[in-house]
This record gives sequence, structure tokens and C-alpha cells, in this order.
Amino acid sequence: MTERMVVIGAGEAGARAAVALRENGFAGTITIIGDEHHLPYERPPLSKAVLTGPDEPAPPHILDDTQLAAHGVDLLHGTAATAIDRDAHRVALEGHDPLPYDRLLIATGARARRLAVPDAGAKTVHYLRSFPEALALRRRLVPGHRLVVIGGGFIGLELAAAARARGATATVIEMAPRLLGRAVPAALASLIAARHEAEGVRLVLGATIARIEISAEDRRVVLGNGDTVTGDTIVAGVGALPETALAEAAGLAIDNGVAVDAHLATDDPDIFAAGDCCSFPHALYDGRRIRLEAWRNAQDQGNAVAKAMLGANERYEAVPWFWSDQYDLTLQIAGLSDLATRTVTRDLGEGARIDFHLAADGRLVSASGLGPNGRIARDVRLAEMLIARRARPPVMQLTDPGTKLKSLMV
Amino acid sequence: MPTAIATRWVEACAADEIDEEDVIRFDEGGRTFAIYRSPDDAYFATDGLCTHEKVHLADGLVMDNIIECPKHNGRFDYTTGKAKGAPVCVDLKTYPVRVEDGKVLIGLD
Repeated sequence: MTERMVVIGAGEAGARAAVALRENGFAGTITIIGDEHHLPYERPPLSKAVLTGPDEPAPPHILDDTQLAAHGVDLLHGTAATAIDRDAHRVALEGHDPLPYDRLLIATGARARRLAVPDAGAKTVHYLRSFPEALALRRRLVPGHRLVVIGGGFIGLELAAAARARGATATVIEMAPRLLGRAVPAALASLIAARHEAEGVRLVLGATIARIEISAEDRRVVLGNGDTVTGDTIVAGVGALPETALAEAAGLAIDNGVAVDAHLATDDPDIFAAGDCCSFPHALYDGRRIRLEAWRNAQDQGNAVAKAMLGANERYEAVPWFWSDQYDLTLQIAGLSDLATRTVTRDLGEGARIDFHLAADGRLVSASGLGPNGRIARDVRLAEMLIARRARPPVMQLTDPGTKLKSLMV
Repeated sequence: MPTAIATRWVEACAADEIDEEDVIRFDEGGRTFAIYRSPDDAYFATDGLCTHEKVHLADGLVMDNIIECPKHNGRFDYTTGKAKGAPVCVDLKTYPVRVEDGKVLIGLD
């Protein structure tokens, strides 16, 4: 009988799963173990409003004490889980007695990848993953401060935009010849690059980093070609790595994350995983195993895994969805474009557009919108629903701004 | 619901300005509202900003009785204002609506 649910990880996936267990009628105990000294909080604002808001913010909580109590969820925060004893069905904790479980959820998230360059220690280079890290950066972003961002991905570019919003200068150093890597189509990435340059951000593309030098006055990033970028603060946004150590030590299958099946179960039937830490096969993309670092996925998988832990037999196949806010621009991406062979564009006016990515058989597999949030969101959402239905919309209708995407839903 | 005596009826738009199963934004006196037309041709009004991150709901998608926020897909039943789950947990305020002579009027307090 299932009476004790334990969740390792107090982020979006873990917090959502805990509440969803209750919403789905579970009456036993639910305990969340979180290693941070905070109530569960939302991470997306850390690279946005937390940096740019007029007042020094509090963590944007997902659940406060009242809500935890109302849902009957126990939170052990500031507590590290140190081992999973699968035979005894117990989680070992730092500073507490082991916690027994009937079903266990691993929702340990991801951690910021560290730079592999000399002198890139924690004291020299900032990272952005947690609320305290965001607050430390916020306090540095004052007018005239020179921010050097290593990595031209979502986090790096949101940091650059935040720096400009606060009157600091920003230089972005990216190893690849363009921004945003494979996650974002080249055409949209170049529009985003142009916007950053118009805002006064200096972009240094195709650059390797030889070393970092620090002095009393400043910090210098020495590039592979001998050039130097000088600033006051260096921050790196060079990707994230799934937190798999506990699962791995417990002998669970690992494959670019804690490997789960389409029901989010690991190879131990009493242990599940959800969110940034897990990889799962996705039916929409030929059953390919993917791992997503995305807020919506964490939330959707939190909901889905709660049902799975209670014995439901539903496959998780939500359309991947990502967004980024930079200046007044929003980028929203639904689906994965890897299977796409053709891209067509709908002009939404006022500098907004949506690119539709089609597979060889005409199936819509991804859509990316760029522009003011209000102009793109509805169409990206409808595209997401078309992707989920495996629709093959006629190109003429996709590109024609006069055709409502809703009319293609039938 | 009977309207309170203090209710002030304000013309928001023409009834045919909103498509069925759609929403528009209406601003009045420094406040912003969302006016909805349901698939069965009834009209509703709520506060215009999502209770999660203050985004205009009129840019979102209407499906049946649900408005979905354009920012993070928080969902509300616009006929009752009820929040339908994460990331939104605070309900939307609703306002009475009546349609007269092809105009949509909303009752403000």
C-alpha cells in the first residue's frame, strides 16, 4: 500500500508534483526534500524580473507556508538527500534520520555547467541558477558597471538585456559563430543579435577563451586569438548538467539524465523522475530520448508524474515549450525542430513573426515566434496544439496572416 | 446576479467586435479589462491582467470557457474568474455584462 510519498527536489517539478499528488486524491504523507534554504521558488524570473525589477525582490515563491499546510505537504528545506537505499526504501538525509518512502520522486533539476578555463573559480566567475546568485548579480548591475557574459544562450542574453536595463554595459562572448545554438532557428537568432547590438551590447562570436585574469581594478577574459575583454563582473551561462549523482549512486539507469520511460518511471518501479534531471522518450519525435531544461516541462511532468506515482498509465507526450524575454521581445518556441526539413514564415506585423518548421511529410513539428509577447503568444499556442495533433497544415494557410490558425484546428 | 445600486454601466465595445470564442481588451479610467464572447454567444468580463505576472489576458487564447494567459499559460474560467491550476492560484475578478442595442456594457463598481 502506498502511504508515503517522498520528493527529492523543491523546484518547479517537485513542488508541482507534491501538490498534484494531493489534487489527485492521495491521502498519505508527502515530504519534499530541498537543499536550498528557501521555500520552493520559480526560477525563470531569476534572469528577468529579479534582476531588473525596481525594488530588491523576494524569491518568487511557488508555494508558501500557508499553501504547504493547506495541501498537507511537509517541506524539509536546507536539507540534502545523501543516498537512496532502494532495498530498504529509505532516503538518507544530512542531519536527519533516514526518511522511508513507498514511492519516490527524483526532481533534482540541473546545475550550471562550470567553465573549464584557468582561474574560473567561483570567486572569479558568477553563475546564475539560484535566487542568492541572482541577487548577487542584481546588486552589481548598477549604471556604468561592465558585465562580461560568457555564453550566448538564453541565460546569457537575458543577463545582457538585464544589464542594459539597469544601465550597466554588457559584452557577450560566444564560442559558436552565432547566438542561441541549435535551440533557436538561425533567422530568429540573427534578429535577436541585431536587437542586442541596437541596445548597445557588444557581441563577440566565434571566440574561444584562453584564460581569465584578475587584478584589483578589473577582470579580463583573454580570448584564444589574443584579444582581451575587460569588465568588472564575469558571469557564465554555458549550459546546465542534470543532477544525477543520487540516482547514479543508487544504481538507476542514467542516459543524459535519470532515464525514465514514457510514464516517467525509472527502472525501479517505485522510483520516478521529472523535470530537468530526467531524460524520457518522446512519442512526437519518433520516440527519441530527450531531456528538457524548461519551466513548462517541469510543471507538466510534475503533474504527470503525480498521476503515474498513483498508478495511472498515461504516456507523457506534452509538446516541448520554451520562452525567453529580452527587452520587450519575447521568443516562444513550441516543439523541436530537429525533424524539420522546411521552414515557412508568417509575418504578424509590428516586427513580430512566427516561423513554422515542417518535417519532410508536411507535418508541423515546431513553431518559433519572436516579437512583443502579445503579438505572438496566441499563434504559438495554437501551433503547439497543431503540433500535438500531428497536423499537416497547408503552407499557404500557415504563411497567410489572414488565416486564423484556430481555423486549422478542425 | 442582481447588480448593486452603485454599479456604473460602461460601454465596452460593439457586440460584433468580438468573434465567438474570443476576447478583446478594454481600458477605462486607468483600469484594464478583458471582454469575452463564449462559443454559445454569451458575453463576460474580467480584470484584464493575469493574476500571475500581470500580462494582458486579451492576448491569450480562448477555448470554450477558458482563457489562457499568453505568458505562461495560466488558465482561468472567464465565466466565473476561477483559476484552474498552476501557475495561477489567485482568481480573476469578474464583472457583470449586458448587451443592449448591439453594445456590450460592463458593470463597474
